[in-house]
Amino acid sequence: MAKVLVVTSGKGGVGKTTTTAALGAALAQGGQSVCVVDFDVGLRNLDLVMGAERRVVYDLINVVNGDAKLPQALIKDKRLDTLHLLPASQTRDKDALTDVGVARVMEELRERFDWVVCDSPAGIERGAQLAMHHADVAVVVTNPEVSSVRDSDRIIGLLDSKTAKAEKGEEMEKHLILTRYDPMRADRGDMLKTEDVLDILSIPLLAIIPESQEVLRASNLGCPVTLNNPLCAPARAYADAARRLKGENVPMSMPTERKSFLDKLFMRRAA
Amino acid sequence: MSILGIFQKRNSGAVARDRLQLILAHERAESGRPDLVMQLRDEILAVIANHVSVEADKVKVTLERGEGVSTLGLDIELPLGVSGKLDAKLAAKLAEVAANRGGQKSAASKKAA
Repeated sequence: MAKVLVVTSGKGGVGKTTTTAALGAALAQGGQSVCVVDFDVGLRNLDLVMGAERRVVYDLINVVNGDAKLPQALIKDKRLDTLHLLPASQTRDKDALTDVGVARVMEELRERFDWVVCDSPAGIERGAQLAMHHADVAVVVTNPEVSSVRDSDRIIGLLDSKTAKAEKGEEMEKHLILTRYDPMRADRGDMLKTEDVLDILSIPLLAIIPESQEVLRASNLGCPVTLNNPLCAPARAYADAARRLKGENVPMSMPTERKSFLDKLFMRRAA
Repeated sequence: MSILGIFQKRNSGAVARDRLQLILAHERAESGRPDLVMQLRDEILAVIANHVSVEADKVKVTLERGEGVSTLGLDIELPLGVSGKLDAKLAAKLAEVAANRGGQKSAASKKAA
């Protein structure tokens, strides 16, 4: 049975698109068929982070309007056969998406894939609400920073009131991914601690993604971080998150970069 | 980064710059006529549909945006019995549409609209 997952946050720039690409690829690496869907109409970027920007022909709006069939719009990942992308339109605006049309496309995606991962636009308006509407599971991406936590709280409120699940009186399954986490700064007390964020938002923790240059490097190259360097700390954290989403029991740990002897030596001196 | 790494791999920042320059050049060029490629695709398909009935899901459209040029690929599965003679007629019609592009709308695009 297909699962539809929405990656959302309220605030922009916290790592929704990175998370969508990384989780989508991690689920696909486990052998399941996955489609990542860009709902950020007018400001598409998932294609760029996935490295498919030069191959976009049709987009979500074309499929919603019936100008193209779903298989024609899907872009198969060049590195991973089980991973597909449905890009957003760059030239149209979100009002071109009709509720009925989106519902039909989501239904078709459900039939075709094991996982459908929807990348929500920032904000709390129609685009973000459409992206979350058909979800079974929500991943809330939050930075350990006040404005991001506050916006996540708003989004959690919407997940519990404006989605199809909420309207049916069912409980939306929600998970928190804490991104750009710097354990050293948190230890020094310069950053909100994981427990603080969990306390405030009171949804279960799916993963802590450490701040890492590997995330920027992967997006520079147009490759999900879990594919670009599967052994780096953020990739391992996303891979664990994907396994937890599949129902596996994976103990939570703070993934750290494996440092060479020289790095350790210099770190010690600097500290 | 190790000394060997410098020779083996390009800096990812440079790759990012090149990818962005390429895709933005395409998007800026398209900003005047955002749907040019889509329009071409629709008109070509409409011309073909004038001659052969083609099922929508038997049409594969691919696009590759490269440096300086984009290639639009149309892979159309034609039903049995489409002869070489018809192919020649098609080619003539396609040439006509190409000539009319930008000027008056061709019969094909009227049909598509």
